[in-house]
Amino acid sequence: MRCEIFYKNQFGDGRADHLLKGIQKDLGLPLKALKQVDVFLLEDHPELDQEAAAEIFLDQVAQEMLVDHCAGSSDLLPGWDFMIETAFRPGVTDQVALTAYDAVKNYLGLTLKANFHIQTASKYLVAADGLSAEQIEKLSSYLYNPLIQRAGTISRGEWEKGERFPSVYPYKVAASDVEVHKIDTSLLSQADLVNLSKKRLLALSLDEMKAVQNYFADPEVQAVRKKFGLGAEATDVELEMIAQTWSEHCKHKIFNATIEYENQESGETTTIKSIFKNYIKKTTDEVAKVRHFLRSVFHDNSGVIQFDDETCVCFKVETHNSPSALDPYGGAITGIVGVNRDIIGTGMGAKPIFNTNVLCFGDPNTPDSEIPKGILHPRQVMSGVHKGIIDGGNQSGIPVVGGAFLFDESYKGKPLVYCGTGGILPARIKGQNSWDKEIKPGDLAVMTGGRIGKDGIHGATFSSQALDEESPVSAVQIGDPITQKKMLDFLLEARDKGLYRAMTDNGAGGLSSSLGEMAEFSGGVKIELDKCPLKYQGLAPWEILVSESQERMSLAVAPENLPAFMALAEEREVEATVVGEFIDTGNVEILYEGKYVGLLSMKFLHDGLPEMKLKALWPKKVIPAVKIDDNRDLTQDLETLLADPTIASKEKLVRQYDHEVQAQSVIKPFAGEKMDAPSDGAVIRPKPGSYKGLTITHGVCQRYGDVDAYDMAACALDEAFRAHIALGGNPEEASALDNFCWPDPVEAPGNPDGAYKLAQLVRSCQGLMDTCVAYSVPLISGKDSMKNDAVLEGKKISVRPTLLVSLMGTLPDVRKAVNTDFKQAGDLIYILGETRGELGGTFYEKMLKNALGPCPKVDTKSALALYAKLYKAIQAGQVKSCHDLSDGGLAVALAESAMGGCLGVECSLDQVPGAGQMENSRALFCETPSRFIVSVSPGDQGNFEKTMAGSAFGILGKVTGNQGFVINRGNKEVLKSRTDNLSRIFKGVF
Amino acid sequence: MIKTAVVTGFGINADYELQTAFEMAGAKAPLIHIKDLIHSPQRIKDFQIIAFPGGFSFGDHIGSGKVFGSLFKLKLKDVLQEHVEAGKLVIGICNGFQVLVKMGILPNLENDWKQEVSLVHNDSGVFEDRWVRASFNSKCQSPWISGLTEMDLPVRHGEGKFVVGSDAIARALEEKNMIALQYMNADGSSPVEYPANPNGSYKNIAGICDPTGRVLGLMPHPEAFIQRENHPLWQRRDIKSGEGLAFFEKGVSFFK
Repeated sequence: MRCEIFYKNQFGDGRADHLLKGIQKDLGLPLKALKQVDVFLLEDHPELDQEAAAEIFLDQVAQEMLVDHCAGSSDLLPGWDFMIETAFRPGVTDQVALTAYDAVKNYLGLTLKANFHIQTASKYLVAADGLSAEQIEKLSSYLYNPLIQRAGTISRGEWEKGERFPSVYPYKVAASDVEVHKIDTSLLSQADLVNLSKKRLLALSLDEMKAVQNYFADPEVQAVRKKFGLGAEATDVELEMIAQTWSEHCKHKIFNATIEYENQESGETTTIKSIFKNYIKKTTDEVAKVRHFLRSVFHDNSGVIQFDDETCVCFKVETHNSPSALDPYGGAITGIVGVNRDIIGTGMGAKPIFNTNVLCFGDPNTPDSEIPKGILHPRQVMSGVHKGIIDGGNQSGIPVVGGAFLFDESYKGKPLVYCGTGGILPARIKGQNSWDKEIKPGDLAVMTGGRIGKDGIHGATFSSQALDEESPVSAVQIGDPITQKKMLDFLLEARDKGLYRAMTDNGAGGLSSSLGEMAEFSGGVKIELDKCPLKYQGLAPWEILVSESQERMSLAVAPENLPAFMALAEEREVEATVVGEFIDTGNVEILYEGKYVGLLSMKFLHDGLPEMKLKALWPKKVIPAVKIDDNRDLTQDLETLLADPTIASKEKLVRQYDHEVQAQSVIKPFAGEKMDAPSDGAVIRPKPGSYKGLTITHGVCQRYGDVDAYDMAACALDEAFRAHIALGGNPEEASALDNFCWPDPVEAPGNPDGAYKLAQLVRSCQGLMDTCVAYSVPLISGKDSMKNDAVLEGKKISVRPTLLVSLMGTLPDVRKAVNTDFKQAGDLIYILGETRGELGGTFYEKMLKNALGPCPKVDTKSALALYAKLYKAIQAGQVKSCHDLSDGGLAVALAESAMGGCLGVECSLDQVPGAGQMENSRALFCETPSRFIVSVSPGDQGNFEKTMAGSAFGILGKVTGNQGFVINRGNKEVLKSRTDNLSRIFKGVF
Repeated sequence: MIKTAVVTGFGINADYELQTAFEMAGAKAPLIHIKDLIHSPQRIKDFQIIAFPGGFSFGDHIGSGKVFGSLFKLKLKDVLQEHVEAGKLVIGICNGFQVLVKMGILPNLENDWKQEVSLVHNDSGVFEDRWVRASFNSKCQSPWISGLTEMDLPVRHGEGKFVVGSDAIARALEEKNMIALQYMNADGSSPVEYPANPNGSYKNIAGICDPTGRVLGLMPHPEAFIQRENHPLWQRRDIKSGEGLAFFEKGVSFFK
């Protein structure tokens, strides 16, 4: 039965109008009108007649339904010219169809017949005169993604001749060869090994393939294998498991490599055995001597810290770059629900309380002609990712807080999609530390949530490679927040009843990675692949093991708790299946239909990976100081900067995120009288009974890395930390996550500057460590994504090395939190911190398109002293608004605070500390870190200045009751505009 | 002690804060999974108030509130009907309002649980989270809002445009004073346009009650304004407390 449902004309259709406007804006096509029709394709089922279908699917007040009729009458849309219908390809998750199935089941109140199938489709009727075939094609490709969907078009003429869309689309997934294949590696030459890795998408290097070869050639290994009925050949199941476990994505090979680092600037060459151990972990080891709130760092799915006596909080940021390049919507939604699972799977299980995303795209104004074939336009990538973030967060009931949109031409080939989630968990659960994990031999391995399909096979290995035209379609998955929400609710219930022992999420590498990691706690695992529930038949055993189908968790359940666990799962309509057992033999044992198809020693799997040896080269760089032309129209410059896509208001986009569900928000994404100016980050109050708050902030300064990645990293950490301070955060309680997205840093013929990029990585780790240690900010978790290159039409587009620092801190009382907006005419405006005039890598440099010399540097000693005093002043209630200076420097920050207050300013550069003889443009737009603009009531002037004594600060001027936005120097006017005018420009971009 | 059942499950997600709100108002407010109610429908009798929270039940697939509403109606219509007839209270917020409307208990002019109004996609075509000002109808007899005049509240929805099935229904809502709250301009002026009316609702309707006044549904989220610091302008205005708490206090005190 084909059911077509659409809104009655008198009620309009906001969705269709929004889509129409988007098409007109993004594609410039002269569309006149568009009607959207939701289509349900139902297989015949007893008792499911038209009347039942109407009850189940139709809103009888607002909608109409037509059955078995591909609607096209003029009543629907007068003068329509063609119709387009999109539907999912076989095997792609169709979330709405899953719900429809439940709805039919509920309504009929019975078990539905086997193989009963529902599909959905979206139909669009379009009125547009004289579109060319090419334009219709362009429109059609706007409406669907060929990787996951199909689309068809019928013209008015064809429809009148009787052409119709089908009543069912093919949905069966082609079955794989379910045989287990054996691969004799013993006789393979080096070239053969490389070929095997390539052919099977293993993404293993020659050295790694040799280690595999040696393992299977080991007589001791062979003797053990014999006992299990396995020969000296590797099975495809084993090769795939090794490849997933050893992928860059899972093993962080570059962060653990031995690097010979030649610094030509200092003339020294040093050997670094693992930048992870020597910088990242060392940072936290050092800081842990003075910060005592760390509970679980680096080894779990997220970093856990103590919030108060009874409660812990945890935080993780992941990237989902490669999938988002191919399918922006699916990539982003999967990124969100994926990192949510990291939180759910932390310790005994945590409840997600916020999402926070930093999304990096190519310039939205890039001309179409500059977009290589095989990738989507940045606007389209952004639109899909944005929608994925909306659905992923909103439907899960997790508020989106903080975060940013960044635009940089280097993200044109691959977007960077950083998805973060924070969670909360009781400090102790059933008498145990909630952050610890324990698994005993004999515990059952249980998989819960969705079923396994071919979606997301090779995701981990794929993301460890450069993107090209041949990138595998199967790497795409679409997350389903509702399936996951049901599972999360169930798991928290099961946690509080003590029904499981441990849990981890199924992300990259699927079961091979989740059960493989959990096996380390007990000393082994036995997996029965044929027990795993499948979405459809015809998956090869190795596919079952490595599939990254979404919404799944793996658990260890004690046998005595299994019946209660399974009963609760059934009650909550969450699928749960015993797929194996944890053992202590030191092996991963894999069975399929009763036969052993894999046996790998845990020692080999986890420690057998040969160490990479890499070279890093930091050349001698001379960065000359640059004198800048000061006779520019600086008002014009400020206005241009406010319209830069990265700086401009994203209010329209961010309003589409639910940022208030859970009712904890204290500082929202917006500030000010009209709630339309940006805040510096988020403050939430995670426990209703306590005033203690959490801050969430980010720092990222990728353009500074053009000069020196050391400073880029130092500034990123400072940016996140000073935003925390600006919100009123306690300088002694903040923890950071490091998240590196790099272009390939391994030097090779196709990558001649790999050693330089690796040197940038080394230096960024050094910069991060030095700054973290100086501020006593521990790193509690992190992530790296090392192949952010796209090779398209023979050209390589690589991202700028990008370090995102995400910070979660606390403040003792949310009632003391401050925001960025000026509050009242007459208040004094101060600038805090010294201005040193660096313009290299700044937004002003980007605007002028000239290199402008050295980039901003952090002076941690003076910064830390300033932060401590500012915290004191905020705690004492002396500060009415506080805004940190970042992108666009002093002028942009001042404009943002004024726009928030809808108030004017009269300011002067005369007392800006450090600005001395500096050019006006430099003083206004340089991005020296560790600075703030604050406003203070005149009555508090004395107290405030006393609190700040000893640190650099100066009065900029005062807030006025009109809209004049004036900055002078001496008696000369430097910049003159109106706040309302600046606001109009700021809000006019998106 | 007054007991509220906060109905949850299948994608409801504003349940914890609704529980907190009722607890702050002095009630006991356990979260109860819809499946547990379906298993023991008589449990409803333990409660004075049944509360349907916001969220995305069943992902809003097939229309917001539709699948959850159908399921509830199919399995629990009788006990809920008895609950209302016994003089007890029901509130539905956002997705909860959509659920009540789709299952026909709101407005329920003919007492036949037939859907008479609907909540459809916003005119903007997208989900939006923003604060609005609502005015309360002084003639409306619903105990949930008695004495309230105006309030700032957040809306967070993609399908909140209130529409009516016929002119007769529209007239009845007005004549029987079942329009409980409406979006307004902060200065009281008219017409009320986007974004003050955030979704294009008919007559700026933000919430309605049934003919008894005891069943109330609304799109704005009073449970998200239970602390002074929830308000976006708490640092700029003289805001004393979480004003949305008034709903829950009135609901609870109705039984005292």
